[in-house]
Amino acid sequence: MKHTLRQIFRSGKFVTGFVIFSVILLLVIFYPLVITDSPLQIIGQGTFFPPGVYVNINDSINAPRYILNLEDAAAKRIAGRLADDDRAAIRELLVGVGVPEADIDVTDTESLLTLWVNNYDSSINIPGMTNADRNYYIRLNKSLQVLISDGGVTIAVTNPDTQALEATDEVDLSQYANIREVANVRVLPLGTDNFGRDVLTQLITATGVSLRIGLVAGLIATFIGLILGLLGGYLGGIVDDVIVFITNLFTVIPGFVLLILISFSIGQEQRGAFVVAVVIGLTSWVWTARAVRAQVISLRNRDHVNLSKLSGHSIAHIITRDILPYIASYVVMAFILQLSTAILAEANLSILGLGPRTTDVPTLGLMMRWALIYQAHILGKWWAYFPVVLGIALIAFSLNLMNTGLDQVFNPALRD
Amino acid sequence: MKGYRRYFGGKFIWFLITLVVAFVLNFTLPRLMPGDPVAAIVARMAQGMSNATGVQAIYEQYTELFGTNKPIPEQFVIYVRNALRGDFGYSISQYPRTVADVLRSSIFWTIGLQLPAIIVGWILGNALGALAAYRRGQFDRVLLPVSLFASSLPAFGMAVVLLVIFGVSLKWLPTSGGYGFDLIPNLSLSFIWSVIVHYQLPFWSLVLITIGGQAIGMRSMSIYELNADYVKYSRFMGIKDNKIVRYVFRNAMLPQITGLALALGTMIGGAVVAEVVFSYPGLGSTILTAVLGQDYPLISATTLILTIMVLIANFALEIVYGFLDPRIKAAQAD
Repeated sequence: MKHTLRQIFRSGKFVTGFVIFSVILLLVIFYPLVITDSPLQIIGQGTFFPPGVYVNINDSINAPRYILNLEDAAAKRIAGRLADDDRAAIRELLVGVGVPEADIDVTDTESLLTLWVNNYDSSINIPGMTNADRNYYIRLNKSLQVLISDGGVTIAVTNPDTQALEATDEVDLSQYANIREVANVRVLPLGTDNFGRDVLTQLITATGVSLRIGLVAGLIATFIGLILGLLGGYLGGIVDDVIVFITNLFTVIPGFVLLILISFSIGQEQRGAFVVAVVIGLTSWVWTARAVRAQVISLRNRDHVNLSKLSGHSIAHIITRDILPYIASYVVMAFILQLSTAILAEANLSILGLGPRTTDVPTLGLMMRWALIYQAHILGKWWAYFPVVLGIALIAFSLNLMNTGLDQVFNPALRD
Repeated sequence: MKGYRRYFGGKFIWFLITLVVAFVLNFTLPRLMPGDPVAAIVARMAQGMSNATGVQAIYEQYTELFGTNKPIPEQFVIYVRNALRGDFGYSISQYPRTVADVLRSSIFWTIGLQLPAIIVGWILGNALGALAAYRRGQFDRVLLPVSLFASSLPAFGMAVVLLVIFGVSLKWLPTSGGYGFDLIPNLSLSFIWSVIVHYQLPFWSLVLITIGGQAIGMRSMSIYELNADYVKYSRFMGIKDNKIVRYVFRNAMLPQITGLALALGTMIGGAVVAEVVFSYPGLGSTILTAVLGQDYPLISATTLILTIMVLIANFALEIVYGFLDPRIKAAQAD
C-alpha cells in the first residue's frame, strides 16, 4: 500500500491533478469560514455589476479628507468622463470644421481637448448638421468647460422647514478619502450575476454543491456497477446472462436521454440537489459494471481464487479477500471518472432546465443556465459565465489528470 | 457473405430489442410526472372565462385530444400505433402544432450538425493521437495535456468560449440561430450562405471537443500496439517502418470504433446542450422549450428520436466494425 502510494505520487500527471483538485477543495472548505454571506442573497439592484471594489458614496463624503496634489489627476478625470461616443462626436465635428484627420487622435485626451477649445464655436454650422446635433455639441461643450475648470462640487441638504437647499459642504478636486476609513466598502471580485448576487461567493458554494453531487452520484454508480459486475463476473450462468443483457441495453440507450426523462418526470418541486445526484448515479453505472465484470472474469479462474474455493471459503470471503483487492485500482479510477461525468451531467441537465430547483442551493449548472438565459455571453459579461466554465473544466481536468496518472502507474504498458 | 448475414442478423435483432425497451421507457417515464399538464393549458386557454361549465367542456375536449383520460396500457397501445405512423400527437406548449411537425423542423439541423462534427472530430483526433504515439517527444508532451484539457471542457463550455472569441469579440461569425433572422428558409444563395456561416461555430466547438477525447484514446491504444511483440518481431525482420505503422494503426483503430460506439450517447447528449448556447434550431432548443412548457408529448418524442439516432449510429458502427475486424471476417468465412 505504502509502496503503491509512493509510486502514484511520483507520477507528474497525478500530482498536478491532485494539486489542482486540492486547491479547489481547500477553497470550497475555507472560503465560507472567512466570508459568511449567504450565496443566494440578492445584494445588487440591477443585473451584472462588473467586478471591482464598491465604495459607498455617502460614506466617502463623510470620511476624513486628505489633500493630495497629483499632477495627472485632472487629465485622468477628463479621460474617465469622456465616453467613446463623445470622442467620436468630437472627431466628427473637428473633421467638419477642417482639421486634418491625421492630427486627431481620439485616444489622446489632452490634444483632443486643446483642438476642441481652439476650434469649437457654438455658431459653427456644418452642412448636414441637424438641430439635435447642434444642441448635443452645445451640451458637450458645457460639460467639457466644467471639466476643464477646476471647480469643486457643493453638497447641499434640503431644509425640512423651508424645502430650500442649504450648502453644507464643498468637495474640492484635490481631496481624497482613504478607502480604509470609508465605512462601507464591498469587494466584488467577480461582480454580480443577473439577480444581483455576488458571483464569487455563489461560485464557491456552487463548486462545493457540484462536488457533492458528483460524490453522491459517483458513489451510487460505482456501488451499483461494482455489485452487478462482481455478481455477473463471479457467479456466471443465468445471473451473468441477465446482467449482461441489462448492461448492454443501457450501454446503447443513452444515459443522458434517461436522465432527461427521469428528471422531467420527477418535476421541478421535488428536484433537490440530492435527488438529481441520485438520478445521475442511477443512470451512469454501466461503465463500471462492464469494466468490473471483465476484470472479475479474468480473475475467476486464477490459482489463488481456486485455492480459496477449495479451502471452503464463502463467496463473500472470496470476493472481498481474493478478488476485490485486484480490481480496487480499476474501481477507484472508474469512481474518479464517474465523479467528473456526474458534475458535467448536472451542468448539462441544468442548462436544459432540468437541474435542481433554483431556490435552494447554487450549482455550477444553474449558474451557467442563468448566465445563458440572461445572455451574459453575448452581452460581454464574462464574469457571469467564464469562471463557471473554468471551474467545471478545472475540476474535470484535475480528475482526468489523476486518472491518467493512475492508469500509467497500474498499466505499465502506457508508461513513458 | 453467408456468415456475415448471421452476424448482421444477430446485431439487427439486438437493435430491435433495444428499440422496444427504449419505446417502453420513453412512454412510461414522462407519464409518471405529478400534476396534470392538460389542466395547465386549459388554465391558459380559459383565462378570463367565468363560465365553469365552459372550462369543464374545454378541459374534457383537451383530455380527449391528448388521450390522457384513458388507462395507461391503452394509452401505450395507441402511442405505439401512432408512433409507428410517425404521429406523436399534438405538442402541448406549441398547440396546435403537432409534435411531428415540431420535430421535422429541428431534427435535420441536429443531424446535419452532429454527424459531420463527430466524424471529422473522430478522424482528426485519431490522426493526432496516432501521430503523438509514433513521434513521442515534444509533440506528445504538448498534445496530451492539451487534449486532456479539451476533453475535460464540457461541450457547452467550448461553445461559449468559441462564441465569445469569434462571435462577440472579433465579430467574425454570427452568435445565434441556424440562419439569419431576416431570412425565410429556401434554396436561395443568400440563405445557403447564411446557413454555412451560422454553422461554423457550433461545428468547430463540437469537433474540438471530439478531437480531445479521441486523441487520448488513440494515443494509448497505439502505444500498446507499438510495444506489442509482433512490432518488435517485424522490426527484427527488417520490415519498413511505414508498413509496420500501417498495421499498428489499423489494429489500434478497432477499439477506437468500439469506443466511439460506447461514447456516442454521451457525446450526442453534450452536443444537444451545446446547441442551446447557439440557439441552434435543433433538438436541444426543442427540449429546452418543451421543458419550459411542461410539454410531455414533445419531450417524449424528442428523447425517442435521440435514442433512435444513437441506436442507428451504433448499429451502423457495428456493421463497419464487422467489415474491418479481421477476426470477425475470419469467423464468418468458416
